[in-house]
Amino acid sequence: MPIDPAVVGRRYPAPTSYVVSREKVRDFALAIGDPQPLFLDPAVAREAGYDDVVAPPTFLTVLGFRFAADGPLADPAAGVDYSRVVHGDQRFVLHRPVVAGDVLDSVQVVDDVRAIGAHEKITVRTEVTDAAGTPVATLTSSAVVRGVA
Amino acid sequence: MAAVGDALEPVTVRITRADLVAYAGASGDHNVIHWNERVATAVGLPGVIAHGMYTMAVVGRVVTAWAGDPAAVLEYAVRFARPVPVPDDDVGAELVVGGRVEAVDPEAGTATLVLTATVDGAGVLTGARATVRT
Repeated sequence: MPIDPAVVGRRYPAPTSYVVSREKVRDFALAIGDPQPLFLDPAVAREAGYDDVVAPPTFLTVLGFRFAADGPLADPAAGVDYSRVVHGDQRFVLHRPVVAGDVLDSVQVVDDVRAIGAHEKITVRTEVTDAAGTPVATLTSSAVVRGVA
Repeated sequence: MAAVGDALEPVTVRITRADLVAYAGASGDHNVIHWNERVATAVGLPGVIAHGMYTMAVVGRVVTAWAGDPAAVLEYAVRFARPVPVPDDDVGAELVVGGRVEAVDPEAGTATLVLTATVDGAGVLTGARATVRT
């Protein structure tokens, strides 16, 4: 079943804020094999001028999975067959570093739906803001739904 | 001072099934194709493959190491060109990461890096670029 192009422009706000924790940042940094003190040690982070430990550049990936059930790929109206999805591309624009203690709100927006040969591609942008409403990051991710050969 | 054409120190990273399990837990990406051979092959993959975002994160280590400050990364983008199969052994897949400085903007105080990531000589990412504050 093709993806319904009517979902382009549709917004999917996360139902709750996401609170960035030291322990989650630590788990993520260790899992990607990057145990830098700035990611792990609040004293080092404060010394460097940050409020708390800094998250690695791709940390906000966790938002996509935390709120996957609330996003367009899980929306029956979009008609995405998740079993045939592969990650096409990914972009992070970081307006400022993410640090532990950040309370982040996010909204996923469908930017584009298009056919690529036998496959389809859906591009989703996630706008992340902090508790003050200030932009923190913009994530753009495309999922390719492989066509049935 | 960064100059256009400067090469980043190449890094070879081994990716094992244990790394994928750790990343699944830390990221929340529990897709079975990243840990279950039976399901991965059933959907037409060569076997269990690494999370694209795991590969992106590992390549990102070269960027943060070059920048010196991991908070200096302003933008980072990749296209996933080829899956990274991770065999069920203690050796795993060998990811070779490299890069060079593509552009320097002294007024903005930024540098753009172009990055490469290969497994068995074949590129697994295309259009991989990062912009960092210098």
